[in-house]
Amino acid sequence: MSSAQASADAPRRPFTGRRVRFGDLSLQVVAGAAALATTVLVGLIVWKVIDGARPALSKYGLGFVGRIAWNPVLGHELYGAGSFLFGTAITSVLALILAAPLAMGVALFLTELAPRVLRAPVTALVETLAAVPSVVLGLWGILVLGPALRDHIEPTLHSALGFIPLFGEPGSGSSIFTAVIVLTIMILPIVSSISRELFLGVPHELKEGALALGTTRWEMVRGVMFPYARGGVAAALILGLGRALGEAIAVTQVIGGGVFIKANLFGTGDTLASKIAASYQGSTTKLQTGSLVYLALILLVFSLAANIAAQWVVRRVAHRHGITRGGHA
Amino acid sequence: MSAGITTPGLRLDRLPRRRRVNRLMEVLAWTAAGIAIAILGVVVYSVARKGASELNLDLLTKPPIPFSLTNAPQGLANAFAGTLVIVGLATAMALPVGILVAVYLNEFAPASIRNGVGIVLDVLNGVPAIVIGIFVFGLLVVGHGQSGFAGAFALACLMLPLVARSTMEVLALVPNALREASLGLGIAQWRTTLSIVLPQTIGGIVTGTILAVARVAGETAPLLFTSSFVGTQTNWDPRHGLQSIPVAIFELSESPDPKDHARAWAAALVLLLFILFASLGGRWLATRSRRKIAAR
Repeated sequence: MSSAQASADAPRRPFTGRRVRFGDLSLQVVAGAAALATTVLVGLIVWKVIDGARPALSKYGLGFVGRIAWNPVLGHELYGAGSFLFGTAITSVLALILAAPLAMGVALFLTELAPRVLRAPVTALVETLAAVPSVVLGLWGILVLGPALRDHIEPTLHSALGFIPLFGEPGSGSSIFTAVIVLTIMILPIVSSISRELFLGVPHELKEGALALGTTRWEMVRGVMFPYARGGVAAALILGLGRALGEAIAVTQVIGGGVFIKANLFGTGDTLASKIAASYQGSTTKLQTGSLVYLALILLVFSLAANIAAQWVVRRVAHRHGITRGGHA
Repeated sequence: MSAGITTPGLRLDRLPRRRRVNRLMEVLAWTAAGIAIAILGVVVYSVARKGASELNLDLLTKPPIPFSLTNAPQGLANAFAGTLVIVGLATAMALPVGILVAVYLNEFAPASIRNGVGIVLDVLNGVPAIVIGIFVFGLLVVGHGQSGFAGAFALACLMLPLVARSTMEVLALVPNALREASLGLGIAQWRTTLSIVLPQTIGGIVTGTILAVARVAGETAPLLFTSSFVGTQTNWDPRHGLQSIPVAIFELSESPDPKDHARAWAAALVLLLFILFASLGGRWLATRSRRKIAAR
């Protein structure tokens, strides 16, 4: 029956006014329940992780966080997160330092420099890099990249810069350095695709105004695009950092493991996430399981903090832009 | 902003130097893009070259033989079956909930709730996969043992924000005039939503789902603690632990046996082909369906 017929007929049903329709109410309730369930899920994740860490939390308290130890031998059990925190910090910060300029370069290339024919395919290829599963990247890292770095890059860096403790003796190919490169590859597409969108959002009149004043293209980028997109780029970098902090599989495959803090990039190590992943074949005691979950709890806190920081930056920037845009319009 | 337009940095006598800096930066940007493409090329090339030799029907149909000293053909049939079951179940769990969340946020919720739950979705999206694995381990595995179902639930947690976000994006593209026309004809809001608005977004929801499936099909971390203690026999029952392709690659890559490496590369090639095909196809469909809705 078409609606035209319905309206031509005598009024079929009286005007319902503000009476709540049963159908509306049920759809709203069901959909609202789904939204509520999602919120509850996030709460449940936090609660379950805290709950699982309880054996270690109650035994070690906050002392766990700084202690460098992981000894599962019965009777001598002692656990701590110190060395994993160091591994997480050094791998993700170095990866971010390597990825940030690369990502800016890629984003600027895609928005300012690339010939029209290259723009779409290169954008798609960079996003494809983000789709490569971490386990495949890790497989490549352990069997191809690691040996290549060990045989060619690490000896060169060691002989040239060996006086800096970071560039120590090359080891087996499984190393913090390999993990840094793998993480760089993982966060590069994330940061560059967000930055690309931010750069695309810079108003044309600002860019053209700068160029009309006689700036070179780079001066326009530095003087107009970077300041305009600054907050967003910061958020993109924080998101990339969050991704690097939480990556478990690829890092586990290439980093080699070990409970110590050494300045040598070419030695092995462990991050919070990689230690958890490497222990998947089970733990012997409740305390060990609790300690693993404690590592997950620290990781969860870090990634939540990174996430919230990024959102806060975005919101602040959106707010500021909203005001200036409104003012000009 | 030292070189910015507000400073007297635009000196004409410095023009040659400024041009050289500009040129240098352009070359660096080209190099960065070249490096990104080269990395993708090297990774795909390595996987294709090393995986092609073991890529045959045995990989899909034969079970693995642990500690095999012979050259008897073996494959990863259990992993392929397991991944199908786990990812299928995860999609069945995440898709309806994700769509409902998006419908609620876009069609019913007041702005404050929309923003609040939007943050929750972003937070959920930002939880590391390994932490999701630990969470599901504590929720479903402790006391009950590992199962394909637990693995599927972990993957569903990762899919949910992706599906909800992509559905919200297409819902926002549906013109309000359509909703108003339907409501103006006296059609109830629930019917307007279900039979007028949602059908417009089918294309977008499908592509969002494809992208989400492509994303989680390669996830290893959530499955390590939920579905990794498995036999070598092909099993379709999600009440038991099921092997999956990513976990199989992970285990084989840590093995000292080169034969295992060969199978890891082959499985990686299959996984990579599936994911590249799905994500490129999904992206192409996404732009198409978005244009279609916007053109209305």
